[in-house]
Amino acid sequence: MQTKMNAAHYELHQNCLVIYVTDDLDHHAVTQLREYSDRLIDAGNIKHIIFDFTEVGFMDSSGIGLIMGRYKKVMFLGGRAAVTNVGEVVNRIFSLSGLYQIIERYDTVPEALEGLQKSRIKQ
Amino acid sequence: MKLVIESLSENESFARTVVAAYITRLDPTLEELADVKTAVSEAVTNSIIHGYAGKSGEVEIVCEIHGQEVMVEVVDYGVGIIDIEKAMEPLYTTKPEWERSGMGFAFMEAFMDSLEVYSEVGKGTRVVMRKEIGKEQEK
Repeated sequence: MQTKMNAAHYELHQNCLVIYVTDDLDHHAVTQLREYSDRLIDAGNIKHIIFDFTEVGFMDSSGIGLIMGRYKKVMFLGGRAAVTNVGEVVNRIFSLSGLYQIIERYDTVPEALEGLQKSRIKQ
Repeated sequence: MKLVIESLSENESFARTVVAAYITRLDPTLEELADVKTAVSEAVTNSIIHGYAGKSGEVEIVCEIHGQEVMVEVVDYGVGIIDIEKAMEPLYTTKPEWERSGMGFAFMEAFMDSLEVYSEVGKGTRVVMRKEIGKEQEK
């Protein structure tokens, strides 16, 4: 399944939602992205979320809020969240915010899809 | 340079792009450019979301260059901040329901050399940020 919307396009791989962000991720883009991604998540059958940053040249703290908010939604279903193709500019924002403590970073979407399907080592 | 924008979210990218263009004469690195853009984006977004809380108003962005230093001032005439110290605490936000991360001021502080915040309840807020451009190249 593939859907194109403002500021992003979406793909569904089994129980994993991939959000390809296609615009600068600021407050404006976030308002456009949030509603549609939540509609997809709430429709069910989604466990994990991947945010792809290939086309993102800029992000501010609004993006952190978006990712955290979606992560909280899937977290209760035992889901995880990942980011892929993160460039230098966006990486600095993620590092500074401490986002990597809870969200996994992969180089590519296929790697993230594989990584998220593997179960985490049990304590 | 002075730019006045309406408090609409679609103007956020315009505001930071104008500031970025204005400082290119200082020959900033890509990192410095990103730093300033992020700081401006945070300040302008704060004015739109918190200052005017979705209502219409004007946000002023004033830029000056002195030597290698850029000064960016972001002003709104919105609700103002009751407790500036509290507002500047990382992760503190008055709008968790809007998924604000509470990192706006922390990012402004991290990406600029200095940050001053002046605010009066009912009158508005003025944020003044400064950054020296070209420090990295000299190293």
